[in-house]
Amino acid sequence: MSRIELTFKNKKNILNVYLTAGYPNFNDTVEIVKELAKNGVDMVEIGMPFSDPLADGPTIQNSSQTAIKNGINLELIFNQIEEIRNTVDIPILLMGYYNQVLQYGADLFFEKAKSVGVDGFIIPDLPLDIYQKEYLQKVESLGLDMIFLITPQTTNERIKLIDSKSSGFLYVVSSFAITGSKSDIQQSQIDYFKHINNIGLKNPKLIGFGISDKKTFDTACQHAEGAIIGSAFIKSLEGSKNIKQTVKEFITTVL
Amino acid sequence: MNYKVNDQGFYGDFGGAFIPEMLYHNLNELKENYLQIIESDEFQKEFKGLLKEYVGRPTPLYFAKRLSEKYNTNVFLKREDLNHTGAHKINNTIGQILLAKRMNKKRIIAETGAGQHGVATATVCALMNLECIIYMGEIDIKRQAPNVARMKMLGAEVRPATSGSKTLKDATNEAIRDWISNPETTYYLIGSVVGPHPYPDMVARFQSIISKEMKAQLIEKTGRDYPDKVIACVGGGSNAAGAFYHYMDNEKVELIAVEADGLGIETDKTAATTQVGTEGIIHGSKTLLMQNSEGQITEPHSISAGLDYPGVGPLHAHLFKSGRGTFIGATDKEALTAAYQITKLEGIIPALESSHALAALEKIEFSSTENIVINLSGRGDKDMETYIKEMDNE
Ligand SMILES: Cc1ncc(COP(=O)(O)O)c(C=O)c1O
Repeated sequence: MSRIELTFKNKKNILNVYLTAGYPNFNDTVEIVKELAKNGVDMVEIGMPFSDPLADGPTIQNSSQTAIKNGINLELIFNQIEEIRNTVDIPILLMGYYNQVLQYGADLFFEKAKSVGVDGFIIPDLPLDIYQKEYLQKVESLGLDMIFLITPQTTNERIKLIDSKSSGFLYVVSSFAITGSKSDIQQSQIDYFKHINNIGLKNPKLIGFGISDKKTFDTACQHAEGAIIGSAFIKSLEGSKNIKQTVKEFITTVL
Repeated sequence: MNYKVNDQGFYGDFGGAFIPEMLYHNLNELKENYLQIIESDEFQKEFKGLLKEYVGRPTPLYFAKRLSEKYNTNVFLKREDLNHTGAHKINNTIGQILLAKRMNKKRIIAETGAGQHGVATATVCALMNLECIIYMGEIDIKRQAPNVARMKMLGAEVRPATSGSKTLKDATNEAIRDWISNPETTYYLIGSVVGPHPYPDMVARFQSIISKEMKAQLIEKTGRDYPDKVIACVGGGSNAAGAFYHYMDNEKVELIAVEADGLGIETDKTAATTQVGTEGIIHGSKTLLMQNSEGQITEPHSISAGLDYPGVGPLHAHLFKSGRGTFIGATDKEALTAAYQITKLEGIIPALESSHALAALEKIEFSSTENIVINLSGRGDKDMETYIKEMDNE
């Protein structure tokens, strides 16, 4: 059973935290993931910084730009994950944009990721049909999970299709938004989450986008197996003098 | 070889729709409806009516006598600069605004580089009484000030894009982010043959009026409905797509696309995508783009804001790779020289973008009997500040 599967089997109210690799400083990735795991985070999503992150708001855009300036790249991210894996056993996902994967060489990318201990991927601009045609077999044969997004506009039929072609979990985008949009969860969103739960899907679900604090996390957990926090965490790292302390404080306020 | 888009939205190896799920529904809606809507008689009637009465089409195909004498050949200028708002861009915005209206969208967003597409979008939004938001790179806002003022006067809100290189690429990112955040109310009115399917095909169809008119005008002027060469500048590639459209299958016509070399392709200050670019994904399309070995998109440079884009439409990537198109470049300086020359010879001040196409006459070979059409995509009013500043260097 994969790490992701085991996590969903054994844990409730799963907290998945996104961080941008190489941010705020080049070498912080390893320490941040270690601290997240130590403080009870169930899963991490390591962002591969991209120059043109279409689905991301200013917080993740800025952290990505800083990380690229810091000199981060895919090869170095793989090295960092290898180091993380010496001490950390929670699932690690790589999140990024398709162009980076293409330039690295997609097959090589998946193989390398597997070899350093990555469990799955979120590549928002990789279309389902291209994935199915070109990569599904490879990813499945390596025992890795490809996670896809669904949104309030995704039709039932398409949700079922996405559910059948993906594994790990479904990433439920909470509203019409790019990352980092912050507000309370509205009744209309709760109706949407309930609707998803009634479809009867094979994959568990994590809610993301707009999850920023204890209140929104707890609400999300009532309607899914857990949730994903990204921009709010990145913001807390901005200008941090003591990474360990910052991570601990942030997670304590959520859990 | 087929140069039209296939069912999956590809031109050969290029195109497609590489977009996050958040835009799937909107693009699918567009994909399912655009052909049926734009091919309907009722749409065509309104579209053609507006192009004639409001835009001022057909634009002349002008035989440039003194320019022809200078180069000892026959040069015709397709006068897109004489369109309402001063460039070819309005052919596309008229088409898309009529589509948006039929899809009941009330809020229009667009990206702009030189500001020509922004002005053309703000214009049709005023005409149709629709809310209009234009994203424009902070740097472009400075270098194309007259167009910013025009957009505001037309009632549009101009939002600066402050990320990345602060030019067209970043304005496009911001427009896409806006669309993700407002998918139900908003129509994204893309300004070139770029972006995810069906945009490249749709924009090419709206711009194809350029070569359609050329055919009729050439018959009248030369007795043949095709020239030996068609030359157009390429930013995203919409004016070139329009000028090439009805000639793509006619191998007797050489299609010459002129990219912005900037300070030169041997420097890193260039926007010559096919020369220095590699295959990848930009703004939802698989195409050629300028990027480093890690897949980070690099910042282009051109003196002309409308050509300052690190990608090129998938149709052009296909024309390039298949060899059907001839791709050359003109530097900032060569474009300026061509601009001053045609101004003196023909009394036409061209847009900086179009000056790149004119510069091709210095770079290609032709005989004295050939007929060459240069697509004069826009006029130079917006570039006067640059022209005045550079005049002393001439
Ligand atoms: C006059 C003019 N020509 C050409 C272009 C380049 O765009 P495209 O390659 O889509 O024709 C622009 C863009 O702003 C323009 O304003």
